[in-house]
Amino acid sequence: MAIFGLWVINKAGGLVYQRNFADGLALLTSNEYLVLAGTLHGIHAITSRLSPMGSSSGVQVIEGESFKINIFLTVTGTKFVLLTSLSDTTAEVVLQRVYDIYADAVMKNPFHTPEMPIRSEGFDTRIGTLIGTGQT
Amino acid sequence: MAYAQPHPRLSVVSTSSQSSSIDHLSPTTSSTRFSLPSTNKPGPNRPNIYDRNLNKTRASEVSAAAFAFLFSEIIQYTQKRVSGINDLERQLNTLGYRIGTRVLELLVWRTEGSSKTPKRETKLLSVLMMIHTKVWKAVFGKPADAIERSVENPDEYMIIDNDPPIERHISVPRDMSQLSCSSFSAGIVEAVLDGLSFPARVTAHNTPNSQSPNRTTILIKLEKVVLEREELLK
Repeated sequence: MAIFGLWVINKAGGLVYQRNFADGLALLTSNEYLVLAGTLHGIHAITSRLSPMGSSSGVQVIEGESFKINIFLTVTGTKFVLLTSLSDTTAEVVLQRVYDIYADAVMKNPFHTPEMPIRSEGFDTRIGTLIGTGQT
Repeated sequence: MAYAQPHPRLSVVSTSSQSSSIDHLSPTTSSTRFSLPSTNKPGPNRPNIYDRNLNKTRASEVSAAAFAFLFSEIIQYTQKRVSGINDLERQLNTLGYRIGTRVLELLVWRTEGSSKTPKRETKLLSVLMMIHTKVWKAVFGKPADAIERSVENPDEYMIIDNDPPIERHISVPRDMSQLSCSSFSAGIVEAVLDGLSFPARVTAHNTPNSQSPNRTTILIKLEKVVLEREELLK
């Protein structure tokens, strides 16, 4: 079980936070991460339209052969994305805790501009204590 | 007319309302500006805040989250209207001062109001202890962590809080690292000291250590008259 990375995508599809934890995934440049986040935002928008049962909140998990992407959408449109190993079962709980921390350390910080990249020391340290090295 | 000038706050809410009528300022129409309906209207079961008993301290706590958002807005609002960190700290101090005068009034009323022989603190040390415990408890819900006297300067005292509740969610950017948002608390302390006739200049400083990264020192620099009077009272 491992947590590889965390992304926070704002409601316009821009990547406002990206951090790697456990080793295993290919490291990309920040520009590549931006492009991937934008693409994921688009995919999410498509999946929320495709639902045969009426309105949908969109894709929640994308599974690959060696890892999966867990997506958590808040009511305000911010997306938290957690890249984990296939066997990981904690993603849902972790994402909820990340949302808690985001609400506290980012939204209550007067020096943060909404929808802009997150540069808050408090958020960094609290995410660090929550996820650590990503190994459990 | 009291509000002949457009209220400065309106420039933030919406620039278009500058030219509109004074109706915007009346509380009856102002609710349309906010998306949330007000559910806390005083009713038969919910007394108006002014009708509540002032002496009831239990169950009259304020939501820390609501205050955190309010304080965050206060800082953003103030920051737009000042030049530099010193100016910002002075403004926060002024805002705190207005609270401090009221806190002192309320505390004295609560502790001595029903007494037949009301007392007033006149000694410096007991005043400082009162701020450290009673004022801190009334404002932040916990006593401060330490109170110290400066070794070098006899007119300087320090109140130390290891984790100030008002700063818990604030991360000051690196280029403003000398800013301490506890200047607000410093203003409260200054007002309480002033109200008890202990004029002083009070400032807040970040003094982090390894256990408590948010540790803050409220530095009290007393005016000369206070120390002279203290000598006479001995």
